[in-house]
Amino acid sequence: MTVTTPDAGPARNGPARFGVPGRLRRLAPRPALLVASTAAVAVALVPLVYLAVRTAEAGAERIGAELWTERVGLLAARSLGLAAVVTAACVVLGVGTAWLVTRTDLPGRRFFAVLAALPLAVPTYIAAFAWVSTVDRLEGFWPAALVLTLCSYPYVFLPVAAALRGADPAQEEVSRSLGRGDWRTFTDVTLRQIRPATAAGALLVALYVLADFGAVSILRADTFTRAIFVAFDLGFDRTGALVLSCVLVALTVLLLAGETATRRRGARYARLGGARRPANRLRLGAARWPALAALVAVAVLALGVPAVSLARRLVSGVSRPGALTEVATAAGNSLWLSLAGAALTMLLALPLGLLTARAPGPVATVLDRLAYLAHALPGVVIGLSLIFFGITVARPLYQTSWLLALAYATLFLPLAVGSVAGAAAQAPPGLEEVARSLGRGPLAVLRTVTLPLTLPGIGAGAALVFLTGMKELPATLLLRPTGTDTLATELWTATSVGAYAAAAPYAALLVAISALPTWWLVARGGLLDKEDR
Amino acid sequence: MSEVVLTGVVKRYGPVTALDGVDLTVPAGALTAVLGPSGCGKTTLLRCLAGFERLDAGTIRVHGLQVAGPGRHLPAHRRRIAVVPQEGALFPHLTVAANVAYGLDRAARHGDRVDEVLALVGLAGYGDRMPHQLSGGQQQRVAVARALAPRPSLVLLDEPFSALDAGLRAGLRHDIREALRADGATAVLVTHDQGEALSVADRVVVLRSGRVVQSGSPTALYREPADQWVAGFVGDAVLLPAVAADGAARTPLGVLPISGATPDGPVTVLVRPEQLRLTPASTDAAVTATVLRHDFHGHDALIALRLADGTRVTARIWDEADPAPVGAEVAVHVEGRARAWPAPPSPAPVDTPALPVG
Repeated sequence: MTVTTPDAGPARNGPARFGVPGRLRRLAPRPALLVASTAAVAVALVPLVYLAVRTAEAGAERIGAELWTERVGLLAARSLGLAAVVTAACVVLGVGTAWLVTRTDLPGRRFFAVLAALPLAVPTYIAAFAWVSTVDRLEGFWPAALVLTLCSYPYVFLPVAAALRGADPAQEEVSRSLGRGDWRTFTDVTLRQIRPATAAGALLVALYVLADFGAVSILRADTFTRAIFVAFDLGFDRTGALVLSCVLVALTVLLLAGETATRRRGARYARLGGARRPANRLRLGAARWPALAALVAVAVLALGVPAVSLARRLVSGVSRPGALTEVATAAGNSLWLSLAGAALTMLLALPLGLLTARAPGPVATVLDRLAYLAHALPGVVIGLSLIFFGITVARPLYQTSWLLALAYATLFLPLAVGSVAGAAAQAPPGLEEVARSLGRGPLAVLRTVTLPLTLPGIGAGAALVFLTGMKELPATLLLRPTGTDTLATELWTATSVGAYAAAAPYAALLVAISALPTWWLVARGGLLDKEDR
Repeated sequence: MSEVVLTGVVKRYGPVTALDGVDLTVPAGALTAVLGPSGCGKTTLLRCLAGFERLDAGTIRVHGLQVAGPGRHLPAHRRRIAVVPQEGALFPHLTVAANVAYGLDRAARHGDRVDEVLALVGLAGYGDRMPHQLSGGQQQRVAVARALAPRPSLVLLDEPFSALDAGLRAGLRHDIREALRADGATAVLVTHDQGEALSVADRVVVLRSGRVVQSGSPTALYREPADQWVAGFVGDAVLLPAVAADGAARTPLGVLPISGATPDGPVTVLVRPEQLRLTPASTDAAVTATVLRHDFHGHDALIALRLADGTRVTARIWDEADPAPVGAEVAVHVEGRARAWPAPPSPAPVDTPALPVG
């Protein structure tokens, strides 16, 4: 055997570095990733800094006067109540649907899997308009809860369905063999297996509800977001709005802390070797009819109502002269802004996602949680803070699409970070070690092993960010360059003056374009795969 | 061919010292097994060799070239040391052929080497399969072929057979040893299974608490263990308190000749269960015992005995069609020499094998 030894000869690179580097590495693993992640989180926290600075300008007395009022208490109770109700409903609906389409012999389950994900393509303000224009005098807490639930349960459904497909059926079989029935096995084993996925989805829903603006303002549910927008919009009560925003941030911190505290350690990496066996599907028997009826009912409420409402007005809306070019321009703007936002978000999310997956620890957890903070801020607050940022700090960015892309990145960073972390788990470090032991350098390993295994997951994250960017309304309204209209803003403009017919084409196109990445997300989750057995 | 030499290798994880001054020589072209109980540091040793971990002290030389030492850490991809992990860790997105070709340079990827090593591990013609289409044993074979393909200086096998069932394991073990030998590879096999180490390795290194306790050929290790712990770890052992004088020891099994030099005085002696011979009890027998239990293994049987003075010992018998029933009295006689170490031993149990039987 011939031995070629690259880098032969005694290399004396600097003084002996024994012991110390090891300790440093443990304290600060992956320095390059850490620096890039910190930078990403810093960008995401720009709005928070603005908020803190502007609020502090008001002075303690003024803040106190705004804070300790009955209204703030009421708003807090109502916002948290809405978040709690919607999250609970989404967990029940999302987990139930996911279980039915992945683990039972329900007829048409692939069709229902698509239907269950499609509400992602329906922005809450479109759904709310559809309901308001269908049912008279619909307003208040419970209608808002209904609309928000129907729009956001896919945030639970998608991760849980993926987890159910990926869960090791051996554990359930062991449970059954030890005498637990189907139901006990489901509650004691299956629910625990999918707990991380459920918790992640529930957290997204809760944050989404806290930050939602469209549905609560149309349905006149008085929450923090609406109160903040009203205060900003009227223009004379900035301090009040800032204080309310701060309270909202505090609520978010509580929510994140609660979720972190209940988190448990689990397997972070995909199992190596051994083919994954699909779980046995449960025979529903006669129970299939009520199950089918429930899924159909949810689909009718979540998709049917908006679809019928839009279709009714679409005919008159499109027939208006000049409508098509306007719609096309707005669609082009929407696409471009969402793509730019998705690209920027993924760029920021990559190091953070890799850090949480590869070097978990207190530092990574804190950075990850910080990234969530901005996600919960209403788009209104993000929008205003970035205007401030653009005028005072980043003048060249002001009035360009990049400032809006930055807003999207701030808002949607956690969505992307989650996808990247999940994708990184698909490429266990053991594989990279083997690759290195076979003589490939770090870049070659990244190109030939890590990226091929993680790109699909990263792509799914980008699709999710793109989709959410298409639907985003308040920050887009505030930050779009003058004269640039998107589908969402045109829709808002038309509906705010009651021109429902003119709004319909924008709404229809927005939903149609959003449906494409949604479809891809469903297909990627393996929910459309041919039968396993 | 390359010799690998480790000198004073130390690796700590925080307060835990995983490797505590390991000195070790891996001879070229041979298969060396690193044997130890779980937690002894053998996987750390492997990771240090591969370059996945940095040493806290000591040096590693491969073929005279220092790859790790003070101020030097040749990264894993430049060491030419290929690993075969426990679960194979095939790249799931590459075919078998692409997996095997992974470590080859661009020119060699389309040459004969891929087919050659696949044939070596008995998987000729499997190149187009994907890893998930293979059984666990086949995946391990591919992992070995992948490691062999670039003709590395050293192949590291990390308990590569532990996830397979016993029947498969023996065959695969043999095939992989043959493949390594046919390719002239230098290899280190890390394992906690003493049967595996003794049966496949040319040399065995016993590791305990991050130190090398003994190294040598499998037969030397079994016949002349350095201490009682090694004696019990590499095989079934009967350890007895005794008094040595003039090259013999007075034990509960009678006076036994001792191999090697042992100072006179209190000693602990080792006899292997297969040295004990059982005959029907007779009045002139020097040592008698009562049969307590039979553990039948097919090719042999282990018989637990209680001597007249209460000491418990184990005998291995092969050909008894009708062994003495439980409760029967038998005469016990020891063949060959015993090994002895100066006492006092720890108040260790001397009546049972150090490893559970079977």
